[in-house]
Amino acid sequence: MEFNLKIWRQKNAKEQGHFETYHIAGIEEDASFLEMLDILNEQLIREGNDPVAVERGCKSSGPVSFDHDCREGICGACGLYIDGRAHGPDDHVTTCQLFMRHFKDGATITVEPWRSKAFPVIKDLVVNRSAFDEILQAGGFISVRTGSAQDANNILIPHDDAEKSMDAAACVGCGACVATCKNGSAMLFVGARVSSLALLPQGRPEAARRARAMVAKMDELGFGNCTNTRACEMECPKGISVEHIARLNREYLSAKFSE
Amino acid sequence: MAEKLISKIPDGPLAEKWTKRKSEIHLVSPNNKRKLEIIVVGTGLGGASAAASLGELGYNVKVFCISDSPRRAHSIAAQGGINAAKNYQNDNDSVYRLFYDTIKGGDYRAREANVYRLAEVSAAIIDQCVAQGIPFAREYGGYLANRSFGGVQVSRTFYARGQTGQQLLLGAYAALNRQIAAGTVKSYPRHEMLDLVVVNGEAKGIIARNLVTGKLERFGAHAVVIATGGYGNTYFLSTNAMNSNGSAAWQCYKKGAFFANPCFAQIHPTCIPVHGEQQCKLTLMSESLRNDGRIWVPKKKEDVEKLRKHTIKPSQIPEEDRDYYLERRYPAFGNLVPRDVASRAAKERCDAGFGVNETGLAVFLDFSDAIKRLGHQRVAERYGNLFDMYEKITATSPWEEPMMIYPAIHYTMGGIWVDYDLQTTIPGLYALGEANFSDHGGNRLGASALMQGLADGYFVIPVTIGDYLSHKFAEPKTDVNTPEFDAAEKAVQERIDKLFSIKGKKTVDSIHKQLGHIMWEYVGMARNEEGLKKAIEEIQALKKSFYENVCVPGSQYEFNQELEKALRLEDFLEIGELMARDALNRNESCGGHFRIESQTEEGEAKRDDKNYMYVAAWEYQGEDKEPKLHKEPLKYEFIEVKTRNYKD
Repeated sequence: MEFNLKIWRQKNAKEQGHFETYHIAGIEEDASFLEMLDILNEQLIREGNDPVAVERGCKSSGPVSFDHDCREGICGACGLYIDGRAHGPDDHVTTCQLFMRHFKDGATITVEPWRSKAFPVIKDLVVNRSAFDEILQAGGFISVRTGSAQDANNILIPHDDAEKSMDAAACVGCGACVATCKNGSAMLFVGARVSSLALLPQGRPEAARRARAMVAKMDELGFGNCTNTRACEMECPKGISVEHIARLNREYLSAKFSE
Repeated sequence: MAEKLISKIPDGPLAEKWTKRKSEIHLVSPNNKRKLEIIVVGTGLGGASAAASLGELGYNVKVFCISDSPRRAHSIAAQGGINAAKNYQNDNDSVYRLFYDTIKGGDYRAREANVYRLAEVSAAIIDQCVAQGIPFAREYGGYLANRSFGGVQVSRTFYARGQTGQQLLLGAYAALNRQIAAGTVKSYPRHEMLDLVVVNGEAKGIIARNLVTGKLERFGAHAVVIATGGYGNTYFLSTNAMNSNGSAAWQCYKKGAFFANPCFAQIHPTCIPVHGEQQCKLTLMSESLRNDGRIWVPKKKEDVEKLRKHTIKPSQIPEEDRDYYLERRYPAFGNLVPRDVASRAAKERCDAGFGVNETGLAVFLDFSDAIKRLGHQRVAERYGNLFDMYEKITATSPWEEPMMIYPAIHYTMGGIWVDYDLQTTIPGLYALGEANFSDHGGNRLGASALMQGLADGYFVIPVTIGDYLSHKFAEPKTDVNTPEFDAAEKAVQERIDKLFSIKGKKTVDSIHKQLGHIMWEYVGMARNEEGLKKAIEEIQALKKSFYENVCVPGSQYEFNQELEKALRLEDFLEIGELMARDALNRNESCGGHFRIESQTEEGEAKRDDKNYMYVAAWEYQGEDKEPKLHKEPLKYEFIEVKTRNYKD
């Protein structure tokens, strides 16, 4: 297969970015999107290194930087805006689990980084998502000391509650929800964490504090509000439901009333 | 230097060793803990749980990771579960049985005392994780559910769907976040350790590269903890994450820490087969699938031919024409034999010409019986996300046709040599989790990596590090403006400058792929003397070629992933050579290390306890010099050393 790739290039956080278009051929349809970018990078390195190509006017910005790691859809490192969709045209996958068989041979594919005020660009397609860490540091934990836990089976949890909690806990923290939201809201991310814990008996004593602190931190870091468009749910690679935003709202409201 | 290998295993009965050691260890008072600094490198299960627990104790912790967030460490990709000797199933499990299975699974090449401690603290890990809010699978009565894993006959594996590693890591990460918020831990994401700083023979700090600015930065501490995982990516294609690397551990080795049993690499039997030359990563399918999936190849060559030509579907091959070779060869354990045994059996069938895909390197993992027996819903609950993942990657539904799988490099049992306290041969330097060598011998059992990472981080290091630090609280904070830090930073700078100066024509990945081919061919599932000698020669030649031909584009002072990869590949080239050297030295088959020269008439691995019942600990002797081998004899006082038998 072959493609034209229109890719966002930006040297660093300070400089203006721009699109560059590259042609790539000989891609197997079983190749993943990121493997295709690997091959492009090999090509760009070779061209940038080739005096003849440089003389011909090939002014490459070098290989394209993009975050990636596990390539199994679980670490949450990768995240590209592909043809106007977070993680591209396939549903319920991270970018690393997107395969070229989902594209038309010869297509032009536009690749951008996550676009959100809270996620500044570091380079090319790499953004800084440390705001997510900060939100979780504000309260996304249960305060249990190492070694002070009781026997695990002393805490009984109904099967269905554990399953629902797990649905929310499946969040990989990739940021697709923020990138896809017209408001740049992190409500699905925060909702997933708050809801996952709210469904369990553990950590109840600090639940109100958790909801207040995480929402306050989210607002402080420049994430927008939720206007219930449900775009986040559509694009979440793990299919996390907006039901968890509803549970966050309930937790938050009851926390506010208990103030 | 042999006196350096003092394992510090406490005397006395096996079950009392850990209690005894804990009672001997000096304590550090709270006001003194505040004066002490600890560097933790890596934020997987070992690193995150260690940093969180040490911070909670009151130490000043600095924690480093190469990703943009501690939550992305590769522990997150572990699927199947975590073992613990809870005996919740009433199937006569116990600490002793978990210990015994692990020692046996490791083919009698792990230390008794370490493994017993691992089994002993395993139950507390589950308690801790449940208290953290990890949504483990539950039965309808609300109690925790279990499943079984390879190499054992009880159900002691706790799991959160096929995402157990993710959930445990998010638990440790949450504990870490709590300490970051409390100010006891400072987090340095996107920082890569490039050297260890040793002052007067003790570990005192690291040189790290800020991966965003490209600057080299110095960090000092009273002790350094390495929890940076394994070196499986030496093979280029593995189930490890793309950025997983052996560099931090390797820099410790080059600064004097011994490296133990490097040849012990685990080849996992259930990975999605290689699909083409453009691939850079292999995907694991959880071992838990072997609970209900049955592994087979056709009995008849003509069926194999038809499968390769796609003229029949696997489901059309009648039952009597299928060879369920694991059930046939190992009736007692069947599809749940340990990983090394299952991998070799797959290779044996494929080498005999029964591989079921075009490349001839695949076998079937079939769920049709399980779907019939359990129904769609229960199978979906257990493995739904794994089935989805398989279908996304291969465009084939495991609900309709069996999965195709083949072995791939997955984990490294070898690592930095540590004593019972997890201290390396450099005082003040500790190694946890996959980065050390201590608990899995020649082969790790499934669901034990998560257990070891968390055991080391939550329950071992917070205690044992006190023994060293109790003598250090009077020492001032480590000054990073000393000749030792100057020299270490200068050496790193020279490495980087050298890489940029080569300006060759080959990309880093293309050389890494070549290394991978050599490793898989000669240091893979079957090894022999001739091949290993060849591997050493070829790797040395490739290393030479790397320094003549590699191209590292861009510059140091920017976000530069090619530079990151080049620095890691430099180390992989050296690690690969040491792996081959260790494999050459160990002229026996044991665990994941199979020497063709050492096998039984039935083709099973043949150990040589008389000559090789030791830990091979290698000491660096300098650039281009042969490393020195030290031997730590393994003594089995509490169990009888036997031939592993999974047949009856």
